[in-house]
Amino acid sequence: MTHLLETAARPRALRRVAIEPLTRVEGHGKVTLLLDEQHRVHQARLHIVEFRGFEKFIQGRPYWEVPVLVQRLCGICPVSHHLAAGKAVDMLVGVRRLTPTAEKLRRLMHDGQMLQSHALHFFHLASPDLLFGFDSEPERRNIVDVIGEYPELALQGVKLRKFGQEIIRHVAGKRIHGSACVPGGMNKALTVAERDALRRETGQMIAWSRDAVAICRRILDASPHAPIFGVFPSNFMSLIRADGALDMYDGGLRARDAQGALIFDHVDYTHYNRHIHEEVKSWSYMKFPFIINLGDEDGWYRVGPLARMNNCDFLDTPLAESERQVFRAAANGGMQHATLAYHWARLIEMLHAAEGIERLLDDPDITGTDLITTGERTLEGVGVIEAPRGTLFHHYKVDENDVVVRANLIVSTTNNNQAMNEAVRTVAATYLDGQKLTEGLLNHIEVAVRAFDPCLSCATHALGRMPLQVELVDAAGQMIDRLTKGADGLCSEGQAVP
Amino acid sequence: MTARVVLLGCGNPSRGDDALGPALLARIGSWLNARPDLDVRIVEDFQFQVEHALDLADADLVLFIDADASADAPFCLRRTKPERDASYTTHELSPEAVLCVAREVTGREPPPAWVLGLRGERFELGEPMSPAAAGHLEVALDELLELLDDPRASAWDARAAGW
Repeated sequence: MTHLLETAARPRALRRVAIEPLTRVEGHGKVTLLLDEQHRVHQARLHIVEFRGFEKFIQGRPYWEVPVLVQRLCGICPVSHHLAAGKAVDMLVGVRRLTPTAEKLRRLMHDGQMLQSHALHFFHLASPDLLFGFDSEPERRNIVDVIGEYPELALQGVKLRKFGQEIIRHVAGKRIHGSACVPGGMNKALTVAERDALRRETGQMIAWSRDAVAICRRILDASPHAPIFGVFPSNFMSLIRADGALDMYDGGLRARDAQGALIFDHVDYTHYNRHIHEEVKSWSYMKFPFIINLGDEDGWYRVGPLARMNNCDFLDTPLAESERQVFRAAANGGMQHATLAYHWARLIEMLHAAEGIERLLDDPDITGTDLITTGERTLEGVGVIEAPRGTLFHHYKVDENDVVVRANLIVSTTNNNQAMNEAVRTVAATYLDGQKLTEGLLNHIEVAVRAFDPCLSCATHALGRMPLQVELVDAAGQMIDRLTKGADGLCSEGQAVP
Repeated sequence: MTARVVLLGCGNPSRGDDALGPALLARIGSWLNARPDLDVRIVEDFQFQVEHALDLADADLVLFIDADASADAPFCLRRTKPERDASYTTHELSPEAVLCVAREVTGREPPPAWVLGLRGERFELGEPMSPAAAGHLEVALDELLELLDDPRASAWDARAAGW
């Protein structure tokens, strides 16, 4: 299941195409394609070139610092790391169940993060491709042009994102670097005034989210790409509530195979390493997790919105559940395998989050002040949540001095590593085989990777560090052609090296 | 009436010289506590994003502050304006794109804006700020104090022209 096109039989006899780095993807990634003289794809790999050092960053720190510290792993999803670390640290202080108010505040913050992250992805990162087309002029494929042509849609995206961040700010007390999660609970209560201010906006956010689902569905229905683009079978994994509902914050692990049969279900996530192993490959910094029972070749899986929609039995909010049923019916009740269905699933989750926020704000517990629980100290803690991009594992061991001596993180993008490689290979084989290389064709590969919304690195960004270059290199390592995307989004062809 | 200034800075405090933006904001925040006569709002984030367009509303002057890997040491100060750049900057926008989004979503011209880019070179996770960057921070702080001491567009343009 994994090795088709992963490794060419005679790579030195092939031309090499490098796309470096990927655009509108956090951090630096690179795709290399080895083509023969007829432009057929012989090898396709997604390289993650800046994805290391997380564990080292955490080791040696006192455990109570960790939930704050890990927010700096990722400027895109700091709340996800904060919550996963918070759950792991709860376990270190002997707490598996928080007070009702503390748990609901964490869920509220999580829904805010889900809303703002999914809004950013659809309205900002994906919509240029979806609204203008994969082959449209590259200078149009950006958020500013989306705003120019679809001003109302884009403004809704900005305001949805802003609202999600306001939720986070009120729960955490700060827009970034908050210390909401503390061992065994939460640091701050939500005031009635804060609750009321947020509650006044939820109706609009739900309406906009619902509209976004409809827009996405219409785009995909009309797209000639949707039924064939990056379609490949895989396993799926996510957290699931005891009654089978989607649960982003807690629950057990569920995995299904490509036909929908259960591989495991309601697995205690603290035992994740009895079911998942991470394989190291020589050509990538990022590990390749797989389900142990199925082995490394067949055990890889997808996580994130598509996996969650395929895995759960129902959603516990009415509007999102209605949309989920449409989503599943489109696959005749089976599993959705299309890469572009990630976008549809993501927006159903955005609606689910908006409804969840309203429900939580209407819950009297949300303004409670009983925030902390205590327990017996332990030396090992595991926290798992469903982050916007997929299942996120934080696992720490501490010594008797409360210092973290071992940390293991499996972030969503790592969980999707093999699946993203598979998407690249599938799209390359469909769209690039036998074709002359163009920016539009290469963008198809980027579209496939962007559907996963990967964070390839986390939060380094300084101005002036993001060139995009495509190179053709022959079997002897000589560059024979070059395509460069500048900061203005325009492509320029370099001179072939004689 | 004193000018309303927004300082919009970004960076990751745990990624070496990427900490320059937050560090400068922290320093100026302390200084502002003693200057209640100034109307300065500080916005900090990991990177510039679409929602920051809404933070610019009602400002008279905007200053984007960030580490800059391409600036000459110790920093650059330049006037900027809205631009439809497809800057391929992944999960972040350039200052120019933020201004452009502000114009599109509000239907009004954004306030005059400048970029203060502090030269940085090392951005690895867990790295401290480099000694060179720490030196650039001190010089940039002096410059920012001068800017805030005379919050007028013409005065800021004059200082930018000197760089």
